[in-house]
Formats: sequence, C-alpha cells, structure tokens
Amino acid sequence: MSRSAEEIGRTERGPRPLPPLGDQRAATGLSSVDKVIDSGLRVIAVAQPTVPMVELRLRIPFAGDDPAHAARSEVLAATILTGTERRDRVAVDTDLALVGGELSAVVDPEMLSIGGNALSSGFDTLLDVIADALTGATYADDEVGGERDRLIERITVARSQPSVIARQALQKHRYGDHPFTREMPEAADVAVVTPDDVRALHRDHVLPRGSVLVLVGDIDPAGAVAAVATAFAGWQSDKSASVLPPLPEITPQDLLLVDRPGAVQSQFRFSAQAITRTDPRYAALQLANLAFGGFFSSRLVENIREDKGYTYNARSSLEFTPGGATLLVETDTASDVTAGALLEIRYELGKLAAIPPTESEVDTVRQYAVGSLLTSTSSQGGLASQLAALAILGLGVEWLTEHPERLKAVTVEQVAEAALEFFAPNRFTGVIVGDAATLSHLSAQGGVQLP
Amino acid sequence: MTVSELHRYTLSNGLRVVLAPDSTSPVVGVSVHYDVGFRSEPEGRTGFAHLFEHLMFQGSESLDKLAHFRHVQSSGGTFNGSTHPDYTDYFEVLPSAALERALFLEADRMRAPKLTEENLKNQIDVVKEEIRLNVLNRPYGGFPWILLPPVLFQTFPNAHNGYGGFEDLEQATVADCAAFFDTYYAPSNAVLTVAGDFTVDAARELIERHFGDVPARPRPERPSFAEPPPSGEIRSDHADRLAPLPAIALGYRIPDPINEIDAYISFLVLAAVLADGDGSRLQQRLVYGDQLVTDVGAGCGLFGPFEARDPDTFTITAMYSPEVELDTILKAIDEEIDKLASTPPDAAELAKVTARWAASLHKEHDRLVSRTLALGAFELLYGDPSLVYSLPDRISAVTPDAVSAAAKALRPDARAVLTVSPAGAAE
Repeated sequence: MSRSAEEIGRTERGPRPLPPLGDQRAATGLSSVDKVIDSGLRVIAVAQPTVPMVELRLRIPFAGDDPAHAARSEVLAATILTGTERRDRVAVDTDLALVGGELSAVVDPEMLSIGGNALSSGFDTLLDVIADALTGATYADDEVGGERDRLIERITVARSQPSVIARQALQKHRYGDHPFTREMPEAADVAVVTPDDVRALHRDHVLPRGSVLVLVGDIDPAGAVAAVATAFAGWQSDKSASVLPPLPEITPQDLLLVDRPGAVQSQFRFSAQAITRTDPRYAALQLANLAFGGFFSSRLVENIREDKGYTYNARSSLEFTPGGATLLVETDTASDVTAGALLEIRYELGKLAAIPPTESEVDTVRQYAVGSLLTSTSSQGGLASQLAALAILGLGVEWLTEHPERLKAVTVEQVAEAALEFFAPNRFTGVIVGDAATLSHLSAQGGVQLP
Repeated sequence: MTVSELHRYTLSNGLRVVLAPDSTSPVVGVSVHYDVGFRSEPEGRTGFAHLFEHLMFQGSESLDKLAHFRHVQSSGGTFNGSTHPDYTDYFEVLPSAALERALFLEADRMRAPKLTEENLKNQIDVVKEEIRLNVLNRPYGGFPWILLPPVLFQTFPNAHNGYGGFEDLEQATVADCAAFFDTYYAPSNAVLTVAGDFTVDAARELIERHFGDVPARPRPERPSFAEPPPSGEIRSDHADRLAPLPAIALGYRIPDPINEIDAYISFLVLAAVLADGDGSRLQQRLVYGDQLVTDVGAGCGLFGPFEARDPDTFTITAMYSPEVELDTILKAIDEEIDKLASTPPDAAELAKVTARWAASLHKEHDRLVSRTLALGAFELLYGDPSLVYSLPDRISAVTPDAVSAAAKALRPDARAVLTVSPAGAAE
C-alpha cells in the first residue's frame, strides 16, 4: 500500500477553503486593586481564580554606582532567601513546600526580582516567608560563603555559553562600561564579597518605597492588599529604592566582529534606539516589529529560515531599558552562511523602511498582537509577569485591558512611519560573534569592524 | 484538583478524540499526538522523526508552504510541535473564535501533507542549525538527553541520538517521508485533543466535518523496546571542548511507567525527596553540607515524567568543581540513597512533596497549552486522560515504605555513570 509523496499530497476532492473565524467572546473583566501602602510599596492584586493558586512578583529597583555593586547584588540575590532569625534555609524551604510554594530571587542592573507562587490556601505563609526575608534576612557567614563559591562556578559556566558571550559583547559595544552593562559580575569581584557587604547592601537597597508587588490568583484583591499591609508592616524606610538613570541613546556604528575561535555558529546581535510603552507611537512600532521579525510569519524568519535555511531561530524584539527601549535583532547561523545571513538581514531592514508592511501584513500582526496578549494573560503566571513588567514603568491593569483598542486604532500609515523611523539600517549597531578565521570576508560587505 | 469535564470518543477512521471544555478564558487549545517518536526511527535514519515533524509544517493539499504559520498567527494564535521518545505532538493555542481554523489546519496535514524535495532540503538545513544551536556550539550540549542513553541502553531504539547525525539527516529522502507518513501518521494512530472555551456539541460537529473523511489506514503494531537493565556499573566519559566544569549524570532503570504506574510514581516522589528544594537530601548533603557540587537534580524521564513508555530512565545530574573527585560524589550520593533505603522518610517529608506536586499540577492546568498537551499525552500513553487529575491523589498515596523500596532499587551495580570532562584547555 505504499504511496508516493505526490499521491499522499492529493485527494480526490482537492484543496478546501479556509474556514472563517467564528465570534470572539471577550475576556471577562479583571477585578483588581492597585494601591500604594503606607511604606511606599505599590501593591497590585488581581483576582483570577482559574486554579487555587496565587502568583507573586516583587520588583525592587536596585541600581548602584559602586563598581562592586553587581557582585554584591548577585550574592544578595543568592542568599536573601537562605535564612532569618526565625527560619534557617531548611525551614524556609519546608514552610514554602508545605503550602506547595516556591520563591526565588534574581537581580540585574536595574532590579531585584523575587517571584514565586503557592496554593492560595497558603497565601499567608507565602507572605510571611517573604516578609521575614525582606525584614530579617541574616546572611549567615556560611550561607554567604557557600553561595559565593557556587556563584563563581555558575558564572564560569554561564560565560562559556555563546548567548551570554554575545550579550556581553553587545552590551559593551553599545553602552561601553555603563552600569547597565554589568549583568554578570567578574568572578574576582564576587570572591571578595563579605557577609557585611551584603547586609549593608540589604539595608541600603532592599526598600519598599518605589517598589511594586504584584499578586494574581484565587484571591480577594482588597483582602490581599490588606494582608500585605499587615504582613509587610515591619518593612519600612524613608528612603526610596534606587532607580537606574535613563540610558544614553544608542549611537549607530559599525558592526563589531568578536572572535570565538573554533565556533561552528555565529551569533548576530543588532540593536537600535526605540521608544517605550508610554509613547503614542508604541503600538505602531510594536506592529512594525512583529512584521519585521517579531513572530514566525515575519519577513525575517520567512526569508532566512524558511527560504534560505540559514537559521533555526531569528527574531526581533523590544527590550525595555531604564527610561526607554531598544530594538534587538538576533539570530544564530552556521559559519559558512554567516555572510549570506548578514546580507539578508540588512536587506530586510532596508526593505521594511522602503517597502513598509502592507494592509494584509498589518492585519495579520494586529490579530496576532491582540490574540497573543489574550492567551499569554490567560494563566495566572503569565498575567502576573506581564503586570510586573508594566508596573515598573508606572503602568497598571488598565494599560493591559486598553491595549487591544490601541492596537486596533493603528493605521497602515502609522506602521509605515514607525518602520521608516526605527528600522532604517543606518540606525543600528551590533556584534557578530563567531570564528574570525573563517569570517574575515565579512568586511567586504562594509560596515563590519574586524577584531 | 481543578478538573475539566472530559469527553472521549473515537471517529470511524479510528482517530481518538478528547474534549475538555472550560470557559474560564475565551481561548482554546488544539493538539494532535501521533504515536511515533524517535525510538521508532530506523538505523541509518537517526533524527528522522524530528525532521519529519518539521516537514508537517511545510504545507498540505489546501495550504501552501508558510500558510500554516500565517493562518494560526493571523488568527491571534501560537503553535509548535515537539518530538519525544514515543510520540510527536503538534498544537495551537488561539482565541476561541479560531477553533474551526485550527481543526482545519490539523486535519489538512493529517489527510494530505505536501512532502517535497525542496522543503525537505530546506528543513534539513534548519534542523542542522537547530542542532548546532542546542548541541554543537554550546557547552553541555545534549547533556544528558543525548549523551546518557547510549551508556544506559544497548539497543538502537533506546540508545541512539534522537536529534540525529548530520550524515543521516542528509540521507533522508522524500520516499522515506512518504513511507513514514503512511505507516505512522494514520488517524487510528493519533489523538486529537481540544481544551478550553467551546461547547461539546459544536466541537463534535466541527471535528466530524474536518477529520471525518481522513481515510482510515491500519494502526501500526507498536514494537516492544524492552531490553534488560545493565548488569553492572557502566561508565563513560564525554570530552566537551566548551565546558568549563565537569558534570555527571547517573542513569537508572525504573518500573514501566504505563503498566506499573504506582511503582513509577514512587520514583517521582523519591526524586523530589532527593533533590527538590533546599531541604531535600542531596541538596543538603552535596550542595550545602559537603559542598561537593554546584547544582544537583533528580527526576524521572529524560524530558520529564509521563513522556515515555517502558523503558524509562531515572536520572541524577550534578555539576562540580574539577578539584572534587568523582568517586567522592558517587559515594555521597550512594550513602544518601542507602539512608533512604534503610530508613523510610517520615510523613512530614512526604507532605512537602505532595503539596508541591499538587501546586505544579494546578499550574500545568492553568496554562492552556500544557493542559491540552497533558490530556492528549495521557490519552495516547495510558488510554485515560483523567489520570492527569488523579495524580495528586496517587502521589499523596505513596507511602514512606514505597519510597524506601524505590531507593533500594537505585543500585550502584546496575547503572550508567556519564561524565562530561572539560577539554578546551588547548586554547
């Protein structure tokens, strides 16, 4: 019964028409409370009782000028949940586990982020554990010592990942040694961090004023905010959490080829200045970005993956930075097609400005933007993370619920203006990380600086 | 447990259907699981099941190349597919207005995919880039899912690399694709799952309209992949020129996930007692106590539990500093396992595991994509999607003695020990 591929791909009835879309039911409104409590902490609580869980996201602005800040911050994030006067590390884990809970802390140059979840029946325990750490983390000498040593090994491992190497090269190329580039400290700086350094950093930087706590789940929003006010009553300070000042604008410049001897693939990381969510042109830029490389059915992916087979993954996205945003264009390609990929990426950038998205392209990306917002916020964790990202820009639930209308109002002309304004190839800078011995011919294409 | 009401039935062509209506959010998930994974690919064609998964996105009788992606995304949806040891899944998550469209897209490629030379060549290139990205150009690429099976298993289906070798991928032909489709992608060898915002009557009608005339083909006989467990400790080292630190993966055989599900679940609980959370046995001993390793993990399945039939693997993985001797780590692991084997854990220790599992299953249910895929996988592997909802009860029913018995079965004289050694000093 074996059939040929031609026979498989054909039926007697022939091709069938695509069914139309049905009627779309709107999402039910979100019941929420958004309130700054006495300590200056902003609390956003949203009822989304899809499952008996609660998701928590705490964002504490955490900037610092001290050259040792990045190293100390990393050690703090690794140890803030390892013990207080009331609980040692095992007790923290046990108390959380018994309510199905987990908490973790990460830090970047802008923000200390503590996130987690628990069964909603254990909401009080979750708040108690996190409040205990915020007000009473002890940073025991042996915990700091142990985490410091493990951090050094983790940093060593992370720095061997091509994606991390490429990110660091891009940061340096576009922002020099600005504090925003200190995303991963040097091992040598971590090695000298003392428990007292970390305790002092906690005192000066782990502050409620200017921070935001997002709660989403099977909760009563007003009751949840009141519970936070009670549980966090001991977390007080007159000082405000430290916000990283706005970044300098990106200067367009030549691409830098960064040598990674023996690499079999090259990392492309390009960037240009963009605008943030509060700008009136944002929704148009969002759609222009989708059309360029922001989803699978974009010009970039259809060209360099589905037509040329140069890559598994290509994408463009908006990265929100202190006070602004940038465009990132990223892909990874085999060494022998790196030159071809560079040519095609530049072609697509130029083309987006010169031949902007058509009405049909704009319809597609608009539907995608509206629909993917709906699906990504339909889970508690997805909604909590979205709200936390908005909250640090001073936005809230209403921005999310109003955004579909903003997307619907964008015209094809506005998308074309955004494409021309933000995607012109002469606005970009970036790096290509790869085996320089096989890539020196890239300079023939111009605008590429060899190592 | 939050539970969707489940409806199961079978179309006349043999396609099994699971419906799980839930109107909490106006979104819908559609998935198709085919009962073939990389364990079924023939020798000389490593990586073929995954390559074929890529081809299923490349067009079908009613859909040109790129149309599948465009139709899903222009409806506001997302899509993907993935290849596992024993099955291959495809899914869309969309606003509920697009339900019929998603059913149409899945039915069209189940009925008549376009398998062309040009698309095959293009997707071989894409898959090779995927392998460069995830394996060849990064440290610890394929650790442990590609590197451990050839140490633990002897037979080709269980031991070989599911991503495939470049030389095998390049040999793949359109005729191979046609034969693979005709053999394994029959409706009787698949499960269609629809979860989320819809009414059962409307969904049944749409499913009949789109899938009802997919011609029936025989369901392939599923071979047994059984092989005996290792009769000793088998060690193997992989030199990794990009890795800065050594790593270790231990592999053990565990009970049949399908026919001995409760015994299997006791190993899931054991994995959590060993390595889930700062208070777990191996974290306490290896990471914080003796400070031998940077990280340690334990679990069932190379991609997570309930993803494969027999034989399945229990793994313990760790990354460590080059100054530490491998045998020091093995000794500490074996001592902790021995302690559990001789003294069952207390009830409080198991209560932590039960609560964390309940929470993780709630979270899985809340993400429509994972809910849809879990229901489909349980229908395919177990013939019972409602098992998903009984897992919290089954996990809480695991006794301390059962965990102790599971620990006793993790024998040092019947396991694989894979090490990854940094080999990049030459630079």
